[in-house]
Amino acid sequence: MASIESGEDSGHKKGPGVKKAKKLSTRVDMTPMVDLGFLLITFFVFTATMQTPTTMDLNMPKDTQKQDELTQVKQSGALTILLGKDNQVYYYVGELKPDASNFQQTTFKGIRDVIIKKKQEVIDNYVPSPEDDAKIIERAKENGDPNWQNAAKDRDFVVIIKPDKDATYKNAVDILDEMTINNVKRFAVVKIADTEYQLIQKTEEAAGVK
Amino acid sequence: MPSVKMQRKSTFTDMTPFVDVAFLILTFFIMATKFKPPEPVEITTPNSVSSAALEEDDAVMITMDKDNKVYYSVSVASQDNQGIITDIINIVNKEQNLNLTPEEIANFKKTPTIGVPFSQLKSLLDMSQEDQNKQVQPGIPVDTTGGQLTYWIQYSKQAFAGYPLKYLVKGDNQAKYPTFDNILSALKRNEQFKYNLITSPEDAPPGTELYKERHEGGAKPAK
Repeated sequence: MASIESGEDSGHKKGPGVKKAKKLSTRVDMTPMVDLGFLLITFFVFTATMQTPTTMDLNMPKDTQKQDELTQVKQSGALTILLGKDNQVYYYVGELKPDASNFQQTTFKGIRDVIIKKKQEVIDNYVPSPEDDAKIIERAKENGDPNWQNAAKDRDFVVIIKPDKDATYKNAVDILDEMTINNVKRFAVVKIADTEYQLIQKTEEAAGVK
Repeated sequence: MPSVKMQRKSTFTDMTPFVDVAFLILTFFIMATKFKPPEPVEITTPNSVSSAALEEDDAVMITMDKDNKVYYSVSVASQDNQGIITDIINIVNKEQNLNLTPEEIANFKKTPTIGVPFSQLKSLLDMSQEDQNKQVQPGIPVDTTGGQLTYWIQYSKQAFAGYPLKYLVKGDNQAKYPTFDNILSALKRNEQFKYNLITSPEDAPPGTELYKERHEGGAKPAK
């Protein structure tokens, strides 16, 4: 587009011996510059890592065999969630019955409602116990919980998470996330019992989960 | 005969605004880009609603890939404390009787990720960085009691004595839970109970308690 004009065909002469200074165009051809610009943009777009990763804090308790150091869980407020193969979730409320009649199956979508429902049930059945509650309320106040008056109401609610050996890391993170989402204050990750694992396998076989 | 003269339009367009915009976008991308450090394995981290930003400094990172292989890497923030990294490899060398040469020890600093058992560490450190990246590492052996990863954590803890040390766990979506459990037991055996799991951000699902707290109330009093 831009061209260097050669002096020869610059037209007629004004007069003998008169050479007029030629007016140079101030227009610069920008095409190569744009080309380069867009090439660089494309490069940066492809190499850019826009999402900065976040972290999820995880605090695990110390393993202990001593009875008095173990956390006591009330059966009425316990919800056990088992993670199985192929993103399947199983759960039971309270203790697992010998005939496994309270053993139920759901998915990651469904488990949220189960948690919310159980939490509400625990809150509804709340029996005040001043000595236990005082500490919890005190702590909630310290942490700046706007709803601190009710902080102790779900004190008996405990979720027990038991991933089996076919569960993936994603499942574990998802269920821990679910605890944050539903504001479950007490939860524990526990090793799965053999009976529970067998039960999951049986259910999986029946459902044809590979 | 009157003739209508068609005006000849120049094909030369003014590109200046175009260039302006192009370079504006370019500047933005240059500023916003953070280059990925070289990683021997591709990891897709799970999503989570947690919003705490990741600080990768002064941390031991345990990576778990989709084939359940475990890798170890360490990062030290300040230049003055780079000696810690050398300390780690020196302790490894002494405790495991690896007979590493000074060159191999120096090479440890340049090795971004370790994913081999102690028996193969010497040959890994013999390689140049290019060869290391090409080689498929078998992963650090872990088992239900922690395996060799326990030692790596123990040595790091020793070397970091007096400095804050974080434990980052970066796992792939497809990694199996038992591997994660093994990593945790390796950490627990070293009396370390606080970990950071690296995740990708995700918004809280609408209608849940967390969503209400973040979007509707929003008034979380400052601590």
